[in-house]
Amino acid sequence: MIEFYDAGYGYGGRELLTEMSLTLAPGSFHFLTGPSGAGKTTFLKLCYRELQATAGRVSIFGEDTRSMGRDEVALLRRRIGVVHQDCQFLDHLSVAENVALPLTVSGLPRDHGDLSDLLAWVGLSEQIHARPPELSGGERQRAALARAVIMSPDVILADEPTGNVDWEMSLRLLQLLIELNRMGKTVVIATHDLHLIRQAKAQVAARVLRISNRRIQQSGADL
Amino acid sequence: MKAILLSFLNFRESASGRVVPPSGFTAQLTVITSAAMAFLAVFALALSMATGRLAERWGNELARGSTVRISAPADQIDTQIAAALKVLETTPGVADARLLTAEEETDLLEPWFGPDLPLDTLPLPALIDIQEMPEGFDAEGLRLRLAGEAPGAVLDDHSRWRKPLLRAAERLRLLGVLSLLLIAGVTAGMITLAANAALAANGQVIRTLRLVGATDRFIAGAFVRRFTLRGLMGAVIGTLFGMVAVALLPSADGAGSFLTGLGFVGGQWVWPLTIPVLAALVAFAATRVAATQTLRRLM
Repeated sequence: MIEFYDAGYGYGGRELLTEMSLTLAPGSFHFLTGPSGAGKTTFLKLCYRELQATAGRVSIFGEDTRSMGRDEVALLRRRIGVVHQDCQFLDHLSVAENVALPLTVSGLPRDHGDLSDLLAWVGLSEQIHARPPELSGGERQRAALARAVIMSPDVILADEPTGNVDWEMSLRLLQLLIELNRMGKTVVIATHDLHLIRQAKAQVAARVLRISNRRIQQSGADL
Repeated sequence: MKAILLSFLNFRESASGRVVPPSGFTAQLTVITSAAMAFLAVFALALSMATGRLAERWGNELARGSTVRISAPADQIDTQIAAALKVLETTPGVADARLLTAEEETDLLEPWFGPDLPLDTLPLPALIDIQEMPEGFDAEGLRLRLAGEAPGAVLDDHSRWRKPLLRAAERLRLLGVLSLLLIAGVTAGMITLAANAALAANGQVIRTLRLVGATDRFIAGAFVRRFTLRGLMGAVIGTLFGMVAVALLPSADGAGSFLTGLGFVGGQWVWPLTIPVLAALVAFAATRVAATQTLRRLM
């Protein structure tokens, strides 16, 4: 699904990630850990072609990202749902419109029933007409998750989804991501919250990818 | 075509139209500037068309008429008139040559000297009115022959003053067309600046749209439609005001000067209606170029 072949990324003469060789298989569940500034967000950006590997190569859905045109990248992102650290909403649109944004940009019709169901699934039925600045941190993360899954993507990448929410909300978000994984989605969660990883371990066979010294170290379901 | 037009008209309400946030003052400024440019374009068009009509009128009416003026002592005047008429009859390109009567000369002079002109007491020259054939005659050759046969005859073929006037009218028409091109250029520049400002101000919106899978075509389209509609709206307002202003100008009449003839005649009133369409096309092209360049720079 997403394959790294001795891939690396550098910027301004500085190597941030190097010698990464791994495969994110379909239906797998991964935690991406490492200290702040280790390169977790950079790794995720390489997974949805926000960044281009400067060494080796990255293949997404069998396509070498180096040869992708701008339109191909856009189409690729419709198959990958991303929950950003800062959510990245359009503040002039309602929550419903923000969640439906991937459908809008893809020219697909918006089914109000499905949208209501999705918002109910993430517990935002009451906030459907609210603007993003009116939402709490947890509500924003759940709205971002709803937007990430509305196109029924094959892969869901979540960058510190529980970074700004309390423990109860973290567990709720984790539960939603585990549900998605059970539907066959590949899930990658970047986090440095070891309690969250331990909590997930009981419910799902998660692999942990640890970034250390600019390299990815893989471990199995057990930490 | 109808579907494209309807999608443009429904743009404001559509979800894809709402992805670009409303930008208040910039939007109003674009509409106002577009309206002002369209207003000026109506006048440039009116100037161009009026000078075109003027050049055509002068070209048609004056080119066909010439005059021979004969000043000679009383005992020679009839002889010279007869000689001049004979020369004119045998000149290729002259359709008709006729001596003006005393009444006709009085009519010609009446606007300057009043109705009670004592023509017989004034030493007025005799005037022969010449009607030319469409191909015209050789004015220099005729002058030489008249000098030989009727020394008091002077040919005035109006070309000495007609040609500079025609040139002036043609230049004015050219200036009108140039003004239209300049207005189109300024409109394109203004819309490009406004579009660039909007694109720069909405960098985060563009990044978010790209992250959820929007193509450059979709993002550019959202901005292009918005600015095209603003350009069109402003141009419609400006054109309507311009047309009303031109319609309220004093109307041309028989004795009207150039300024009183500045306006549109008959079917020419259709031409200013093309200004909003052209303004929309200019806005479309300018925004598309600006959006495409900006999007390429962003990622």
